[in-house]
Amino acid sequence: MVLKDNKDSDELGDSLNNCQLSTVNCQLNQDRAPLYEAMREYQNNRVVKFDVPGHKGGRGNKTLTGFLGESALKNDVNSMKPLDNLCHPVSVIKEAQELAADAFGAANSLFMVNGATGAVQAMIMSVCKAGDKIILPRNVHRSAINALVVCGAIPVYVNPGVNGELGIPLGMMPEEVELAIVQNPDAKAVLVNNPTYYGICSDLQKIVEIAHRHGLLVLCDEAHGTHFYFGEGLPINGMAAGADMAAASVHKTGGSLTQSAILLMADTVNPDYVRQVINLTQTTSASYLLMVSLDLARQNLALHGKEFYAKTVEFAEYARREINAIGGYYAFGSELCNGRDFYAFDTTKLSVHTRAMGLAGIEVYDLLRDEYDIQIEFGDIGNILAIITGGDRALDIERLVSALSEIKRLYGRSPVGLFDHEYINPTVDMPPQAAFYAKRVSLPINETAGRVCGEFVMCYPPGIPILAPGERITRDILDYIAYAKEKGCSLTGPQDMNVEYLEVVE
Amino acid sequence: MELWFTENHTDSVRFSIKIKRHLVSEQSEFQKIDILDSEELGRILVLDGFLMLTEKDEYIYHEMITHVPMSVNPEIKRVLVIGGGDGGAVRELCRFKSIEHIDLVEIDRRVVELCREYLPFTACSLDDPRVHIHYEDGLKFVRRAENEYDLIIVDSTDPFGPGEGLFTKEFYGNCYKALNDTGILVNQHESTFYDEYAQAMKRAHERIKSFFPIALVYQTHIPTYPSGQWLFGFASKKFHPVKDQNAEWWLSQGLKTKYYNQYVHSGCFALPNNVRDVLAGRV
Repeated sequence: MVLKDNKDSDELGDSLNNCQLSTVNCQLNQDRAPLYEAMREYQNNRVVKFDVPGHKGGRGNKTLTGFLGESALKNDVNSMKPLDNLCHPVSVIKEAQELAADAFGAANSLFMVNGATGAVQAMIMSVCKAGDKIILPRNVHRSAINALVVCGAIPVYVNPGVNGELGIPLGMMPEEVELAIVQNPDAKAVLVNNPTYYGICSDLQKIVEIAHRHGLLVLCDEAHGTHFYFGEGLPINGMAAGADMAAASVHKTGGSLTQSAILLMADTVNPDYVRQVINLTQTTSASYLLMVSLDLARQNLALHGKEFYAKTVEFAEYARREINAIGGYYAFGSELCNGRDFYAFDTTKLSVHTRAMGLAGIEVYDLLRDEYDIQIEFGDIGNILAIITGGDRALDIERLVSALSEIKRLYGRSPVGLFDHEYINPTVDMPPQAAFYAKRVSLPINETAGRVCGEFVMCYPPGIPILAPGERITRDILDYIAYAKEKGCSLTGPQDMNVEYLEVVE
Repeated sequence: MELWFTENHTDSVRFSIKIKRHLVSEQSEFQKIDILDSEELGRILVLDGFLMLTEKDEYIYHEMITHVPMSVNPEIKRVLVIGGGDGGAVRELCRFKSIEHIDLVEIDRRVVELCREYLPFTACSLDDPRVHIHYEDGLKFVRRAENEYDLIIVDSTDPFGPGEGLFTKEFYGNCYKALNDTGILVNQHESTFYDEYAQAMKRAHERIKSFFPIALVYQTHIPTYPSGQWLFGFASKKFHPVKDQNAEWWLSQGLKTKYYNQYVHSGCFALPNNVRDVLAGRV
């Protein structure tokens, strides 16, 4: 066996020593979990509940309690003095956030209960008002452009590099970021994907240096980068690179519950103003299940993160070697780093190019689930992505590799005729907010070439818009949408659920 | 003082054996390994709390998983055994002089080492020069083989825990690829008597059937397994287990067996309705 689920005692001893090293930079005692401790005490006090939620510790909904477990329902509580309040944290949530800031190397942190989506929007809306410019790569997640629709900021897109062979967008070149800044000296901030969904990083330190030299703030979308803060040998994280804010989707690779995230801030940002901005849109009944999961995920990462991500990288590198040995697939990795738009690679990501085998990524994605009971993160036109963490088991990695080997044997074919164009850099004719709120007409999608789009169109996942409000629709883009639809991608965004009509600016 | 080993056959059905001595209790990298000595059934191997074999009745399982395919194709030379670290299947195979090469793939080295020490009645042929032991994941091993084997025997644990990869569609597909064009696949196939085993058995059978032109099930009775009624799968690219039975050849080998014979061979493929109904999806 190459892979091991358990380490023998000597190795475990070594990694425990390493863990202590990894928290050496922390000022606070990362063993603590203040919110978790407060919630346990609250349970021990057997408080009589005459507040919401109405299921009253689960007694009011037996089926739900049976399904999720009594403990989950009992801990689904509301803000109260001993448990603090996310809108205005003064005690245990404040302490938990301070510990998180300490663990992530940030000056301040805020717990988020609307995912990294909420954190990305909070970053943008904290630094941009209506009419302000923000520099960002076009291959951002829809949450970033959504924020522009809401707050009326104007995007200045830096086109990402493209790897033609794989058909995927890459990172931004620092000199192109600088050019955008010089051409838009009034821009407020630069937003950087660290990394992209596919695990690709830009030269973040260089971009931070350039942006700060010109007086701009740097915001990192680290929805897929929580592990950069705790693992070794991974690309640099936003706070370490000197960024001003970062949105870490702790639920994705950090072990907290789905929908929980942390917004990180350097000392260049006023956290109380950011909290006010968040409170414009965030629920006043933040889930304690989500918040306590952040508290415990932070504790676990601070104490054991290094070991957890070492195992993650070991699994991912093993899977890459085995998948590449099958032939036909290309599980790409650090060998593609070019010091430019593919500056660094997140080796925990298992991104596999499938087109040389004659199958679209989305087809492999569907076969894995329908035929082999294996659910991966996403498949697009040319690639699949499997999320690997230290929570995986060696035998499951073997199943994935073996299933891919079978898919090649049973379904592989000539790649002739497969669409070979993935990412298309669009032309922006109007700011997103202006286009979204403009007078619009609904046209059959095939008659929209040449018009300005009034809504989003994207495959979900990965959720990077093919079209965003304000962008010029072209024949190429329509062909791409038709092909993605035919191959079975899940298209989202438009008002028309079947994506047969598009809303365009009149 | 009395010491009893109890296995839960279901949540509400138990099977207990009075124990003389608890010889081994060890957590390996993959599972909990226990070896017990009992008054009535002799030595007993237990993995993760599930009884794998007893000295008293292991011969039934090991004869039935090997002699049935061997009697169908006398040309079997290269055999792959996946699981079966106790050595029982290998012991039976080594009795056939016609076999030239046996690969035994067992994920857990400690199972083999402990069986060598405490269960010599099954592990006795592991040092035969034809036997090559690989401590590796079975799914991984078979993935790399193509057109190499005349016979694959899947001597697995249940479809949960370390053995779960050996009940998957990708595993059976990889086995098909690893077999040559006369290849035979025999697998431990659970039982239909209790519902939780029946579902696993049915899914496994459907998956095997999707790859092999011939896919049948045969049964035996193993007194110490849940319900006592146990099944094996016989899948093949060419040979029919009953029509192509070569009893003359098997008899000519002069092997003395305690359970298997040429009559049991054809009889074991005659399935009772409680198995036929599950296979046909009628229950």
